[in-house]
Formats: sequence, structure tokens, C-alpha cells
Amino acid sequence: MASDGLEIRTPEGVPFTIPLAGAGARMMALIIDLLAILAIVTAGLSVFRAFERLAPDVIGGVVTLVFFGVSTGYGIVMEIAWNGQTLGKRLLGLRVMDQAARPARPAQMVIRNLLRPVDSLPALYLVGAATSWLTRHRQRLGDLAAGTVVVRTEVSVRGDWSQLGREKYNSLREHPALAARLRQRTAPELAGLALDAVLRREELAPEARVAVFAILAEKLRRMVEFPAEAVEALSDEQYVRRAVEVLYSTSR
Amino acid sequence: MILDLDRFVREGEPRWQELDAVLTRMEKHPYATVGVTELERLHALYQRTSADLLRVRGLHSEARLRQYLESLVSRGYTAIHGVTDRKKASWFGWFLRDFPRAVRRQAGALALAMALFWGGSAVGAGLLVVLYEERETLFPFAGLATKPSERVKQETVERSKMVAERTGRFSAHLIQNNTRVAIFTFALGMTYGVGPTVLLFSNGVYLGAVAMDYIKDGQTLFLLGWLLPHGVIELPAIILAGQAAFLLTGALLPRGRRAPVGERLRAIFPDALAIMGGVAVMLVWAGIVEAFFSQYHEPVVPYAVKIAFGVGELGGLLAFLQLAGRDGE
Repeated sequence: MASDGLEIRTPEGVPFTIPLAGAGARMMALIIDLLAILAIVTAGLSVFRAFERLAPDVIGGVVTLVFFGVSTGYGIVMEIAWNGQTLGKRLLGLRVMDQAARPARPAQMVIRNLLRPVDSLPALYLVGAATSWLTRHRQRLGDLAAGTVVVRTEVSVRGDWSQLGREKYNSLREHPALAARLRQRTAPELAGLALDAVLRREELAPEARVAVFAILAEKLRRMVEFPAEAVEALSDEQYVRRAVEVLYSTSR
Repeated sequence: MILDLDRFVREGEPRWQELDAVLTRMEKHPYATVGVTELERLHALYQRTSADLLRVRGLHSEARLRQYLESLVSRGYTAIHGVTDRKKASWFGWFLRDFPRAVRRQAGALALAMALFWGGSAVGAGLLVVLYEERETLFPFAGLATKPSERVKQETVERSKMVAERTGRFSAHLIQNNTRVAIFTFALGMTYGVGPTVLLFSNGVYLGAVAMDYIKDGQTLFLLGWLLPHGVIELPAIILAGQAAFLLTGALLPRGRRAPVGERLRAIFPDALAIMGGVAVMLVWAGIVEAFFSQYHEPVVPYAVKIAFGVGELGGLLAFLQLAGRDGE
């Protein structure tokens, strides 16, 4: 059964995961590529039509070959020129890679595209879809043969940690044992949610802001009970901000 | 693990941003030359960031930071461990050297493809002889149900006129249709050989039956004049596509080898692609000849000329595949 990521361990022993493209995104990319092919052929046709009266037979032949060349060669040419991306893949943030997380070589891109006819059997890419569903790295037959995978392109989004809004005084830090327990008990998902809420608080509507921080504060308060003097007079938002600061930093 | 996140981010961020900038530049221009100094810097930044990733991996609450560093390390890994093939392709050299060498090197797959196709032809010819009275049942198209002598009359009188007006379109149609069939045959190699076996054998049966039909009706000369000019290139091209398909099949089957299937497949890529490239060139030639030459019959073009042309082509093809690219092999 398919997994969500391509797990790699570097020679230095550092493990990391590259997210694999989902079936929906790949299908959308394919539709965009088909539309792009249609647009190229239509544009080409209108150019050739202008010369059709001069030599109708020759132009007719050229149109047939251009259509065939574009529909067959589009994927190969685009993926080689754009480092594993076609227009559809670029718009959807996908890329073809070697399954060892290296850039795919031109020969691999040619093979995966030449094997498209067998993936599209009997209709609507059923063989390809079934193979993607059954294989660990969501590979269609062309990908299996070429040793390639389709991944989501990694954009390194830097977290703006300076926006945590650290306050000069954090009453929760007066209780280091409880602060350590809060770090220990808080699940990464909840910590991430709280961090997101703090970082994006200015984007929230006032009512939503109150509601979101109320929920988060309640969940965080359940983790550890700080003494009353440390938390009294703190609004839900202030409590969450102080908790996030504790969760994301050990410095005093 | 005790980690002062403030300090960790403060110290690490400049090099993470520098690594991000270097990687973004390399990703935008994947085929550009990278200097030694820049590569050394990239490697140093990548190793430091990998070490940073290892430090935060143990911290369960640092999901966002871990994700950020993971993405940098994965991009760095791809950039450092990927090898871009900068060898300039020589199309001329490839066709004259790599293609015939690949065909010779993979003689086993070629023999299998030929056996299936010509075996099918023999079966088709035999079936036609045995079932001559019910010959219509052998042909899938209504056009072939009529007697060859009647078709010859129709072809020589009417078709030459019609074809002459649209040879360009006809040629293009033939090229794209045959290339599509060749690509499909190759792709079917992934069906563990079932697809190319069925396709080559059934096409052979069909060809054998049609050829025998013409021979039995006394139209051998017409058949040779019509088929040889393009057929001696087109049919070997389809057989060669079958050869490339069986290379795929051969790589899929373990046959006692320990190498994983991916490695076995990658080992046959160069030969399979060289053969398919040669097939494409052959089919372009066959399409042009079929549209501009094969469709003209006597009295426009004497059969002897057409047959001599076909025999010459066949001799040239065999000599090319046998002898070209021998130097330094």
C-alpha cells in the first residue's frame, strides 16, 4: 500500500522524508498538461492554416505530424527542460525525481513518458491509477520502470520565530518544574497549533481570535496546573502566548 | 535533549538562509556549471544543516522547525547527490553507432521478436491455404474480403490518382500511426512479455494471410512491388520495437539474478532507448516511401524498379545493422 513520503537516509545518517504527490494532484496536473497540449496545437493550427492555400497537402501533413509530435513529446521535452516538471506539475507544485531522491536523468524521463500508453490502458489511466495505489511510492508502471517518483516540491518556508511576541516577564517560567512538565506533556500537534495561532493572530477576526485562544488555553491548562499567582489576571491569549514561549524555548 | 531554541535559531538561521539561496539558484538553473568554491560552500552548509536537523529531531515540540530543516536537507541532498549528465548528445553518432550496436548486443530479444513475427506469418499463410474457401473469415477488415485481383485493379486505376493529391497527409498519417504502434509495442513490454508476444504474433498472422492471399490469386508481382519499398523498413522497425519491449520484459524477470528489478531495468535503458530512437527514424523513412513511392503502380512506376528499390533498402538496412559502429566496440 502507498505511503505518504519517500524516506531517505543520507550517507551521514540523517533521515528525512520527501512528501509524495497525491492521486488528485497528479490527475489535476495531467488535465492541465492536456489543456496545454491542446492550446499549443490550436495555436500551431491557426499559424499553419494561414499557409494552407499555398500547399494544402504539405500543410495537412505538417499539422498531423505537429499534433503527434506535441502530444507524444510534450512530457519528455518539458520534464527534461524544467528539471522534472511539466506546466501542470509546476502549477501544482509537483516534480519527477529519481526514487533515491536525486534529480531524474533524461533517460528516466524518456522511459516514463514512453510507457504512458500502457498506464493509460484500458481507459482513463486505470492501469496507472491501480499501480499507483498498490505500490509503496505511488508509482505508475512508467515510474516503476524508470525508477522515478512524483513528489511535492519542497519549498523551505522559514518560520518567523521572532514573531512569537516574547514578553519581558513570563510568570510560567517562575515554575521551571511545571514548565518542563508542560513541554513533556504537550503533543507536537497541539504545540504546533498554538504556535500557528500566535504567529497568525493578527489575521484572525476578533470573535474568531477570542474563540480560538479560548479553546487552546483550555487544552493547555489541562496539561499542567500552574499556581494561581502565575496565571491570575491572564487572558486566554496571554496564557497561550506564555505557554508557547515555554514550549518553544528553554532559555530564561 | 536540552536545547536553547532561541540561540539555536539565532545561530543557525544565517546559514539556513544561505543554503536556501544557493539551492534556489541551483534549482532554477539545473544545467548550469557550478564552481568548486560554491560546491564546497554548499557541502559545508548542507552538512551543518544536517547536523542541526539531527539536533531538533529528538524534540517533539519543534515540528515546524524540523519540517523547515528537513526540507532544506532533502533539497541539499538532491543537489549534492544528483548527477547531471552534461555529455553533449551527438544525434548523428548515436544513430550510426549506438543504435546498431544495441540491436546486435541484444540479439536474444531480437531473435525472440523475429521468431514470433515470422512464426505468426507462417501460421497466417498456412491458415489461408487451409481455409481458402472461407478466406473472408480470416480478415478483420471488409476491404480485404474482396479478391486481390479486384483490389489490384482498383488500386492501379483509381488509387494512384487519389493518393497523388494527398501524399503529404498520407505520409504523415502513416508515420504517426506506425510510431504510435511501435511505442505501444515497447510499452507493452511491462506486461511481462504478454503484450508484445500477442501483438507481434497477431500482426505476423495477418501479414502472412494477406501475402498468401495475393500469391494464391496470382498477384505476387504486385504484392512485392507494393510491399517491399516501405515494408522492408517498416516491418523490421516493428520487430525492433518488439526487441526493445522484450528487453523490458527480460529486466522484469529475475532469472536467478540478485540485482533488484530497478537496477536491472536501468541497466537496459541505454540499449532500449537507442533501439527505439532508431525505430522512430526508420518509421519516418518508411512513411515517406510508402506515401510517395509505394502507392504508385505500373505504368507510373514499373514493378521491377519498385522491387529493386526494396531489395536495395533491405540490403542496406541489414548491412547497416550488421556493420555500423563496429569500430571500438
